[in-house]
Amino acid sequence: MGNVPTTVKHCLSYEQLLQDYPWLRRWLLEEKTIAGHEYPEFVKIVEVGPRDGLQNEKEIVPTGVKIKLIDMLSGTGLPVIEATSFVSSKWVPQMADHTDVLRGIQRAPHVRYPVLTPNIQGFQDAVAAGATEVAVFGSASETFSKKNINCSIDESMRRFEEVIKTAKERQIPVRGYVSCALGCPHEGHIEPSKVAEVAKRLYEMGCYEISLGDTIGVGTPGSMLKMLQSVMKEVPTSSLAVHCHDTYGQALPNILTALQMGVSVVDSAVAGLGGCPYAQGSSGNASTEDVLYMLHGMGIETGVNLAKVIEAGDFICSALCRKTNSKVAQAKGKTL
Amino acid sequence: MAAVLRLVNRSAFTSTMGQQYVAFSSSAKAKAAGVRAGQALPEKVKIVEVGPRDGLQNEKTLVPTETKIHLIDMLSASGLPVIEATSFVSPKWVPQMADQVEVMKGICRIPGVSYPVLTPNLKGFQAAVKAGASEVAIFGAASELFSKKNINCSVDESLQRFDEVMRAAKEAGVPVRGYVSCVLGCPYEGKVAPEKVAHVAKRLYSMGCYEISLGDTIGVGTPGSMIEMLEAVSREVPVNALAVHCHDTYGQALANILVALQMGISVVDSSVAGLGGCPYAQGASGNVATEDVVYMLHGLGIQTGVDLSKLMDAGAFICRTLNRKTSSKVAQATCKL
Repeated sequence: MGNVPTTVKHCLSYEQLLQDYPWLRRWLLEEKTIAGHEYPEFVKIVEVGPRDGLQNEKEIVPTGVKIKLIDMLSGTGLPVIEATSFVSSKWVPQMADHTDVLRGIQRAPHVRYPVLTPNIQGFQDAVAAGATEVAVFGSASETFSKKNINCSIDESMRRFEEVIKTAKERQIPVRGYVSCALGCPHEGHIEPSKVAEVAKRLYEMGCYEISLGDTIGVGTPGSMLKMLQSVMKEVPTSSLAVHCHDTYGQALPNILTALQMGVSVVDSAVAGLGGCPYAQGSSGNASTEDVLYMLHGMGIETGVNLAKVIEAGDFICSALCRKTNSKVAQAKGKTL
Repeated sequence: MAAVLRLVNRSAFTSTMGQQYVAFSSSAKAKAAGVRAGQALPEKVKIVEVGPRDGLQNEKTLVPTETKIHLIDMLSASGLPVIEATSFVSPKWVPQMADQVEVMKGICRIPGVSYPVLTPNLKGFQAAVKAGASEVAIFGAASELFSKKNINCSVDESLQRFDEVMRAAKEAGVPVRGYVSCVLGCPYEGKVAPEKVAHVAKRLYSMGCYEISLGDTIGVGTPGSMIEMLEAVSREVPVNALAVHCHDTYGQALANILVALQMGISVVDSSVAGLGGCPYAQGASGNVATEDVVYMLHGLGIQTGVDLSKLMDAGAFICRTLNRKTSSKVAQATCKL
């Protein structure tokens, strides 16, 4: 039996169904088997370059460049593009132009443009600027939470509860992030059960999807497996995403492991934008191009045009005067 | 449609019950997937370090003999069980390996560590044995065009040449490792049929090679094509006689190595600091970095016998001497924290 036929999907407003009843994914999503492992037939890529990527770039990027990047990405088939962040410009000067960016982009139909909203103030600004989806950022590490957002995990959850409650009233979906899922720059090892606890809280508060982030890229398929096994006891797999950093070169095998465990949503950044603030000069986000190359090579659909993503990557790298972190982009540009 | 019918039949489920069911079945399924993924992995993996040969061969600068010797000695101290030392090809073709005899004679050989050398023909084999080699390697290709352009003869002709080497090696009691290049794609032919790879691997194995290293020469492979190729080859050659030699030109090496391990492969080739670019994509990366492979394997609880920090010292040494940045992400990250 193949995928649900297109006509049925259209009739039942497939996407709406999945949104209203997330537990339906279990029966509606198909899988393929390769060499004894099951893989999803379709993987949703959440493009975080314009926000997570640019946020970690040293140079302040002009608003016009950010808008052009997002517009180019909108033309690639990417279903979700994280556009900007409504944090205080005191903390993150790179995102000071959040309202101009959100208002300036040309929103493609069927593409979502979530924005980060750390608190109720940010949420209200986001909505005023036209946001239709938001994201909140929790942490599995107490020390990281205190150093990064100046409060404990519990306090941050209370802040997010306010955001999520208000978002629910406005019917604005909220995505939850858990950072330090595979290790913390301050605490070192993070217990998988702690990650599961935070993921569960965000999910029960109403986040439709939880993105588990290997913030410092120290994870390996071994730790990814253990962490996912723990989290999956508390949150349905179909509501999970992985956000892998490539600081130790482990992003693709970690993503592969997550796919084998049934995860079908992957965060990545065009051109691997965004270094690692905890290992100066090291790489950060996994490159969207490299992720796509792997997925397409496995026959997994994404709906994304790799060549157009490479173009968007070329554009932002010339604008930033930097080399791409994507190996696919490097190779494609140089093949004899 | 069946899925829709199932949906209708399950309309009796409430959302919470549904969520609980999903969470339970997700958890059960994840546990099963975890068990499969965990059980499939070998307890130990043998790393074949190809930096001093495959790595340096693709570096533009001619490396002084003492530097090569010092690199190999540092690698020997890191616990690597196999270090490909040099290549007995004609210096006309590969000037980088012209000092093959001095390198072979100059290194400090640690007991228990193998130092194979490449020998493309009988003449090279004889010179290698004379210089003290106790293990050799021969290189076949799964692509006819690549074979013609690289070593100026067809795949069959190259296997005939190797026959001579194999006979001489058998008589001398010298083990021979076989390489197959272009297993996941060829810079000239494009796609390479898995059956062709299996055919060449089988020939090398039946000729007497104790191990066949399957090389993704231009790094185009993905877990999909790796699995397809390994399924075909493992029908002809026992899995415990196979190794993978992945290039990281498209960033796929570690993912490809992971699926190879899941298929029972327990020998992995890699190059310290990711030495050696790709001659078919100028400026692009080539060999996968040993440091990154070891980091992944240790993270999986797989034993390698390698001391990662000593390995990184060797990588730092060669990069300083070559005045180039390391291609290893582990090395880049570790020295900055």
